[in-house]
Amino acid sequence: MTFRRYLILGAVMVGASVGDTFLSAGMKQVGPVSLHHLVGLLIALKNPWVLSGIVFLILFFASYLTALSWADLTFVLPATGFGYVIVALLSKFWLHETISPGRWFGIALITLGVGFVTRGPSYTNHNHDGPEDAITLPASPGESAALKKEDQPA
Amino acid sequence: MNLSGEAAVWSMIGVIVLLATAGDVLLAGAIRQIGDFDVIRSHSGLKGAILAVLSNGRFFSGVLCMALSFFSLLFALSWADVSLVAPASAALTFVTNAFAAKWILKENVDGRRWIAAVCVCTGVFFLHR
Repeated sequence: MTFRRYLILGAVMVGASVGDTFLSAGMKQVGPVSLHHLVGLLIALKNPWVLSGIVFLILFFASYLTALSWADLTFVLPATGFGYVIVALLSKFWLHETISPGRWFGIALITLGVGFVTRGPSYTNHNHDGPEDAITLPASPGESAALKKEDQPA
Repeated sequence: MNLSGEAAVWSMIGVIVLLATAGDVLLAGAIRQIGDFDVIRSHSGLKGAILAVLSNGRFFSGVLCMALSFFSLLFALSWADVSLVAPASAALTFVTNAFAAKWILKENVDGRRWIAAVCVCTGVFFLHR
């Protein structure tokens, strides 16, 4: 894991948590959307909070795809959970909200989970069956891409 | 919130989890087919990396599932509190994704990753209790 890759994981965490928070603020302003009037969801796209939330979620999506190109899904997903810790810590030290012992326990568990997974390999060998996924146990994702390129006919 | 209301909210959460898991698995499968972006970018630049993504059919299926999951989330947020919908759907998605990654993507989900998924899932639950 290089510093740049840790930055990408950071963008995944921040993008998802801030995006969800902005979306929530926007939807509270828009109000309940009826199942018989789903066009209301499109109208919600005009709300600035919803739009800002979407911008952050696009940032999340780009970082997420980049991370998936060199790491397993089961490596990237727990890392995204750390975004909840960031939001909780911001609410404590910036908004001066109270964090209950239960929440501190939750923060500790998420940190533990993310610590567990990031200390292991980001990319593991896969046992593929299909011909299109015939990657022969590469040592790294970079080598995997190089192998696939070499396999293609000129 | 009455019983039918609760059932409706949990149904919405179930739909979000299913669509998000399908989207994650399809996207991860697509990106795995494409390869490491850093390597592609060093060979054919940023344009080449973007073209490689946009020419992959599985990627668009994943995006469609993600988009449907997003609108399901918007719909659910308009009915229920974010403190229930966001953590419940996120926590459950960690677990369903771990199963999907093992059985569909054939990832090597070892003990370390199972523990991480359970820790994060339980942590999200406690954080929003």
